[in-house]
Amino acid sequence: MPHVVAMGGDVAQFTGGQAEFDVGAGTVAGFLRELEARWPGLGDYVGARMAIAIDGEIFQDADGAAIGEASEVCLIPKIGGG
Amino acid sequence: MSDVLDRPEAGEGEGFKSVGTRPIRPDGIEKVTGRAAFGADFAMPGMLYGRIKRSPHAHARIVSVDTKKALALPGVKAVVSGADFPDLADELVEGGEAASSMRDLAWNVMARAKALYEGHAVAAVAATSPAIAEAALDLIEVTYEPLAHVIDVEDAMAPDAPLIHDHIFTAGLDETPKLPSNIARKHQFVRGDVDGALGAADVVFEGRYTTKAVHQGYIEPHACVASMGPDGQGQIWSSSQGHFMVRTYCAKVLKLDISDLRVTPAEIGGGFGGKTTVYLEPVALLLSRIAGAPVKLVMSRDEVFRATGPTSGGVIEVKLGAKKDGTITAAEVTLKFQAGAFPGSPVGTAAMTALACYDIPNFRIVGWDVVTNSAKTAAYRAPGAPISAFGVESAMDELARKLGVDPVDLRAKNGARDGVRAAYGPTFQNIGFLESLHALKQHPNWHANLGPNQGRGVAVGFWFNVGGESTAAVHIGEDGTATVATGNPDIGGSRASMAIMAAETLGIPVEDVRPIVADTASIGYSMLTGGSRTTFATGMAVVRAAEKVIENLKARAAKIWDTTPENVEWSAGKAYCLDTAKGEQKPLTLKGLAAQSARTGGPISAEVSLNAQGAGPGFAAHMCDVEVDPETGHVTVLRYTATQDVGRAIHPSYVEGQMQGGAVQGIGWALNEEYIFDAEGRMENAGFLDYRVPVASDLPMIDTVMIEVPNPRHPYGAKGVGEAPIVPPLAAVANAVRDAIGVRIPDLPLSPPKIRAAIDSKAG
Repeated sequence: MPHVVAMGGDVAQFTGGQAEFDVGAGTVAGFLRELEARWPGLGDYVGARMAIAIDGEIFQDADGAAIGEASEVCLIPKIGGG
Repeated sequence: MSDVLDRPEAGEGEGFKSVGTRPIRPDGIEKVTGRAAFGADFAMPGMLYGRIKRSPHAHARIVSVDTKKALALPGVKAVVSGADFPDLADELVEGGEAASSMRDLAWNVMARAKALYEGHAVAAVAATSPAIAEAALDLIEVTYEPLAHVIDVEDAMAPDAPLIHDHIFTAGLDETPKLPSNIARKHQFVRGDVDGALGAADVVFEGRYTTKAVHQGYIEPHACVASMGPDGQGQIWSSSQGHFMVRTYCAKVLKLDISDLRVTPAEIGGGFGGKTTVYLEPVALLLSRIAGAPVKLVMSRDEVFRATGPTSGGVIEVKLGAKKDGTITAAEVTLKFQAGAFPGSPVGTAAMTALACYDIPNFRIVGWDVVTNSAKTAAYRAPGAPISAFGVESAMDELARKLGVDPVDLRAKNGARDGVRAAYGPTFQNIGFLESLHALKQHPNWHANLGPNQGRGVAVGFWFNVGGESTAAVHIGEDGTATVATGNPDIGGSRASMAIMAAETLGIPVEDVRPIVADTASIGYSMLTGGSRTTFATGMAVVRAAEKVIENLKARAAKIWDTTPENVEWSAGKAYCLDTAKGEQKPLTLKGLAAQSARTGGPISAEVSLNAQGAGPGFAAHMCDVEVDPETGHVTVLRYTATQDVGRAIHPSYVEGQMQGGAVQGIGWALNEEYIFDAEGRMENAGFLDYRVPVASDLPMIDTVMIEVPNPRHPYGAKGVGEAPIVPPLAAVANAVRDAIGVRIPDLPLSPPKIRAAIDSKAG
């Protein structure tokens, strides 16, 4: 099952302090649904405000991105730039 | 001097014909001959001239705004103030560099209830001449109740600081505070046992550093013309880093439908992140709607300094723990950033990048976003990263001295490499940090001897780079030449790189490709030009559109040869028939296919929209040699060397230009630039005579070394290159000055009085 690491403190406010957990999902869209089901509000928050790094590659606004069974998923604040 | 490591010559190795070459820039002639039309160059028949009235107070309640006398002045056609703008909810909208609160954005465009910084817009006028508009400003009577102000970040964090907003309750804490404060948000990134690791370290170094607010310093002031018709259809011509961003923000601020606005980009005279939001455009639209005529608004340099986003001044506290062999075991970084009048300093990205160059097992990075009575900060090239890097890289320099090791070797020993999990979360892949670092030692400048009062400094930097939404269209003309249209303003050479990638894909000379930037009604949505995304993301859209054109061309050739497209190969700009049943067929060129396009299906064209993922991160390593005049405290930069992992350089001259430009802006940040405020919170140096950016005669040639570690997620291996090079220079210069004078100055800028004082303190 994909292992999730949340960085930046935002996620912990939804999870009661939990920053690492496992979530079964094959795509980012499914992952967000699982988060929302487990911690109401978190799926929407992550979808709108965070980027998702899957096995080291950062995805922003990419519902169709695939998540492997053994993937490392990292939640980080969305990134802009100048 | 310029060099490229690990890259074959164009036409060799990878077999590229256009990628990696240095054609003349497509916008070059227009710019050097003065024909390029920038924001302020646009005009329309019957156009009115607008002016903005700005607060003279750093913090004041607006008791009343009386516009009657101004409206009575002959020639005045419209006057607006905060009461004329819709009230907006605190809705976060993606449009610029990050999600922005529309309530805050609208309030920044035009003050209501309170003016939050000197220069905050409080009213605006449109008149038949600039002189009448100027005179009308004096007739607008604004009654203020001045309030106590606060600009210094740590003063603003104090419990008894003047409260700027009563609706800010610090976010990111375990419990939401019961009282409002100026501290908008806490960011935190933690891994491992930092306290335990610091306690067990053989060597600990601790430092505290500060930077001042600095402006992006683009040469072209903000400017626009807006026209709102009686049918509710609006048009804007303006200079920005994203005309779709202008459209989104204007629609939100004025509660318009996006489809009712069309925004045409002007040529842009520099942005560096500072043109990723709106200031004038909504005001001009509203004035135009009231006046029934187009309205032009152009900022003066004074207005640019006082009212548009600089980047934050900040405090950076760093604690590093290491073993005797130089292995860094722990790091603690605390960042406090001025946000300006509304939340949203770049402290989040500063925190994420602070330790990104290193593999450190235990760390705690805390960032504080703090509102202050100064202009709302805007993005500035690798937002926040130069500030945190200044602290971390200065501390790394001192740690190297304490350990007695070479500063490059210390960074290499602890440096990020493939497989290392970055401090901000993801695991790095295909990065060239160590190669960039080692290239410093291979450069002749590393071996240059230093004389009296001279010193050498080294520093490194990181930027994420991003992808995002882009659209590109490729149209083939009847003569076989191509037009490439994108929705991204060209702030750093993107037209040239788009033309090169299209030419490479189509197999035609780059001179046969004309790149343009299309308006919001003529091309699909494109995120703004920022985050070092355009050559990567929009380039990907260009390549995909060119590939669609090729598929189209193959289908047309198949029709001509009476075969299937699978039996057609496209190579070097020609279609080849592979169907042996058709006998030997002469290849069909793009020109030939274009000439008979009417008979094979009509115009040849393709548009692709995508959301690009897989942007590769950028790493830069810089080395600076300086000489300090001990009598005056003046610093001369003798040599400056910038190396960088650039992915694959699509147009190497532009990549080198980005590296040089970033270095120069960072040198200015380190040595000269700062916002200076008087006791009333008014800026004292709002002009280029008193706010001094480096000019060519101040600097040596910036030597560049491009390290090419191609990004496998881009068709030609491109990575963003525009932001990483501004990250290291602040510390590289400061470390060089430290080496030259033997004492650390932790506060930027390293102006002559500070250097003189440091030399005196050492002598005393």
